[in-house]
Amino acid sequence: MAGLLLWAITGLPGFGKYPGQYGDLINSVAVFERHVTNVVTAVNFDYRALDTLGEEYILFAAAIGVMLLLREQRGEPHYRLPEHPHIPIRRSEAGRWIGLGFIGVIIVFGIYIVIHAQLTPGGGFQGGAILGTASVLVYLTTEERIYRRVTPKWLVEVAECAGAGGYALIGIAALLAGGAFLQNVLPLGKTGDLASSGTIWLINFSVGLEVSAAFSMLYLEFVQEVPERTTKFE
Amino acid sequence: MSLLPYFIAAWLLLIGLYGIVTSKNLIHLIVCLAVVQSSTYVLLLSAGYRTGASAPIFAERPPGTPAVDPIVQALVLTDIVVGATVTALLLALAVQVFKRRGTLDPARLRPLRD
Repeated sequence: MAGLLLWAITGLPGFGKYPGQYGDLINSVAVFERHVTNVVTAVNFDYRALDTLGEEYILFAAAIGVMLLLREQRGEPHYRLPEHPHIPIRRSEAGRWIGLGFIGVIIVFGIYIVIHAQLTPGGGFQGGAILGTASVLVYLTTEERIYRRVTPKWLVEVAECAGAGGYALIGIAALLAGGAFLQNVLPLGKTGDLASSGTIWLINFSVGLEVSAAFSMLYLEFVQEVPERTTKFE
Repeated sequence: MSLLPYFIAAWLLLIGLYGIVTSKNLIHLIVCLAVVQSSTYVLLLSAGYRTGASAPIFAERPPGTPAVDPIVQALVLTDIVVGATVTALLLALAVQVFKRRGTLDPARLRPLRD
């Protein structure tokens, strides 16, 4: 196998000597055609938006799969860890307060990444992942009871379905407006403005919602497997 | 020198596969799979790179200045999302395996009898 890889590598164009035409073509037309400054976002959410829809549903299906695998099964006795001698875990109060302070910063940063998808590096997937970590930070810095209250399961489920459905609905709305599925039918706005690039911007909202909800869902499911903490903050 | 990034991708693939084959713990095996996946990121990104070019973001530079391929970058984004979900799903499976069989060693898992 190493030999095959070696053979394949020697057939590749040298590093830094990119020969492709498609990348150059899209780099030169995307800014004018779609009024974006981040071409990667234009590729993902416009030129190959249907693929990204499928990708979003991979994430959706995986979150559902984890939910199914980790659900409490009927008649199954609640799993208990083998008995360990009780070792109290000590945690630093300073770390906890710094973490608490960062929750707001992370939420603002995640929203910033989502809404500037078509202008600067970032987008719905990246921003959603950042927003998802805010929920796990709540778990790490407070008690499980508070964590469950700020990310209730019904809210996460509703957000996940709204995000996944919103993407498809934008595509269907384009059909109703007389275009093709997921065609960019909205006015494109001025290049460099926040509300520019038509449907790319809206799709990023729904993807951001879906990804942050899916990540929160995964954390909720995995946290459920952890036995109730008896840690005391000192 | 100009082929070094491709060799790094191949090395990541091989070392990850070696880890999977010799793994004694399912969690370790899943992390090795993540290493294998990361070799594809390195391969795709280095295939789209061009010497002296910058990121395909045209906020401050006029379109038409040299930039790296945005298509492979979009593909890597897809790749990372799929990798993360596969990892989450496999970890959930590992939790279930441990609950039911009490071990995470693949060699000690016998075929299901019941």
